[in-house]
Amino acid sequence: MPFALDKFDDIAKRMILAVQEYSLFCWQGVSNLVRTPHYWGDVMNQADLIGVGSLPIVVLTGFFTGGVLALQSAASLAQFGAQAYTGRFVSLSMIRELAPVLTGLMVSGRNASGMASELGSMVVTEQIDAMRALGTDPMKKLVTPRVLATVVMLFLLTIVSDTVGTAGGAFVAVFMSAQNGTQYFTSAYQALVYADIAQGLTKPLFFGFIIATVGCYFGMKTTGGTQGVGRATTQAVVVSSVLIIFSDFILSRAMLWIFSGF
Amino acid sequence: MAAPTQLELTRTANESRDPVVIFENVSVRFDGPPVLDNVSFQVAPEETRILLGPAGVGKSTLLKLANGLLRPDSGHIYLFGQEITEMSEEELLQLRIRTGMVFQEGALFDSLTVRDNVGYLLMERHVEETEVDQRVRQALRFVELEHTYDMLPASLSGGMRRRVAIARAIIDQPQMILYDSPTGGLDPVTSTTIIELIIKERDAYGTPALLVTHRLQDAFTMATHHFDPAEGKMAPLPQGQTHSMTSFLVLHDGKLIFDGGTDALVTSNDPFIKEFLA
Repeated sequence: MPFALDKFDDIAKRMILAVQEYSLFCWQGVSNLVRTPHYWGDVMNQADLIGVGSLPIVVLTGFFTGGVLALQSAASLAQFGAQAYTGRFVSLSMIRELAPVLTGLMVSGRNASGMASELGSMVVTEQIDAMRALGTDPMKKLVTPRVLATVVMLFLLTIVSDTVGTAGGAFVAVFMSAQNGTQYFTSAYQALVYADIAQGLTKPLFFGFIIATVGCYFGMKTTGGTQGVGRATTQAVVVSSVLIIFSDFILSRAMLWIFSGF
Repeated sequence: MAAPTQLELTRTANESRDPVVIFENVSVRFDGPPVLDNVSFQVAPEETRILLGPAGVGKSTLLKLANGLLRPDSGHIYLFGQEITEMSEEELLQLRIRTGMVFQEGALFDSLTVRDNVGYLLMERHVEETEVDQRVRQALRFVELEHTYDMLPASLSGGMRRRVAIARAIIDQPQMILYDSPTGGLDPVTSTTIIELIIKERDAYGTPALLVTHRLQDAFTMATHHFDPAEGKMAPLPQGQTHSMTSFLVLHDGKLIFDGGTDALVTSNDPFIKEFLA
């Protein structure tokens, strides 16, 4: 086989192997939810670190994204005399698309990297082996609590982002575009239907799962000392961010199909 | 009738004359040549086996194979009479609780205090807090580090971390202890302190052990000293005597080239061993 093809063959095999390993890793992480022992204390601790810890960046991102949406849309809509639709535009964009994706990306940058570096450091300093030697399953103790906590907290953080994003849009509409606040909120509220809410709140469940499993996977597979920890951290952020964007497309398409009757 | 205590279980296990660990034609390779090639040996009850060899020869790999942290490519490994080669991780977790392991750099959980590190095994078993406190203090007293109870591992020196790791390994009276280079990277004085603790453990409890080291001085101290309970410190055995339950294994190029006692080791004609001991 020519050298280039040989190399391609090798890369393809490694990628397939990685997908297989990741799938098994995810299955193990999820199936531990119904196996004892359960580490509820660790779930609460992770929920605090991931949820409460990410709150400031999610609030800031949501508020300013809502604000900039209002700023941009108000100017464009004014050209058609449709400035009154600013609230509708902001709330639909935030709730269906921007709040889940931006919250996912923010939490990914903060927590997928944190999980990969923390678990990676534990791997290279043999703390994971020590845990196994002491009779504890690291998947149950470290991975499953992170997956559960991230899924639940990303769901809640997305609701927060929806709220402050709409509020950010209102702030700009009222104080910078001189619009009527009641009109903004009425327009924002009336535009929303069940399908929008369902779509916006289904996505974070998938994104949370991606962030936690990718972060933990790269952390637990770390090799090569401190350099390896750095590499795992970068890979975790890049892969989880790309997967969030990719799955957002797939989920949006699926949701539009599912809710097409609404 | 009251249930047997862990110490009684340890003694029962040690009183059985069956080997605690058996390696049968074990081979393992990662990328490249075999790390271990057809390795066979046994660890008898109350026996301490010192595994010697140059750095990178596969000593730590062998130790991790002994309690199922790694799996061999071929051969059979028996721990407490059970073959662990094909065991599921779930079954292995239960079996590993009966062993204690001291890792190369201690491998203490850096987010937990010394108390929580040493008492980890008991806390996982939901033992009452007061009993955990009491047994942690007892284990820390054994390694003479009771004052580090509330400290974090980051504030301990390298030698202190190893001693805490020893306390963590012995807190539940294991039926076998695995020491992975417990003195690696330490100064001679601290190394002697660690070896003294290992000798104390060996002579006080008779726990079988597999100890990895590349420091000949530590190995021979183990073979030529015993713990004197009256003096509370280790003392040399009479001139010409060696500890009967302490013997050696030597690894070279993935193969086990020596398995025997101190006298046989020092009189060996193997060119590598001669050079290694020189």
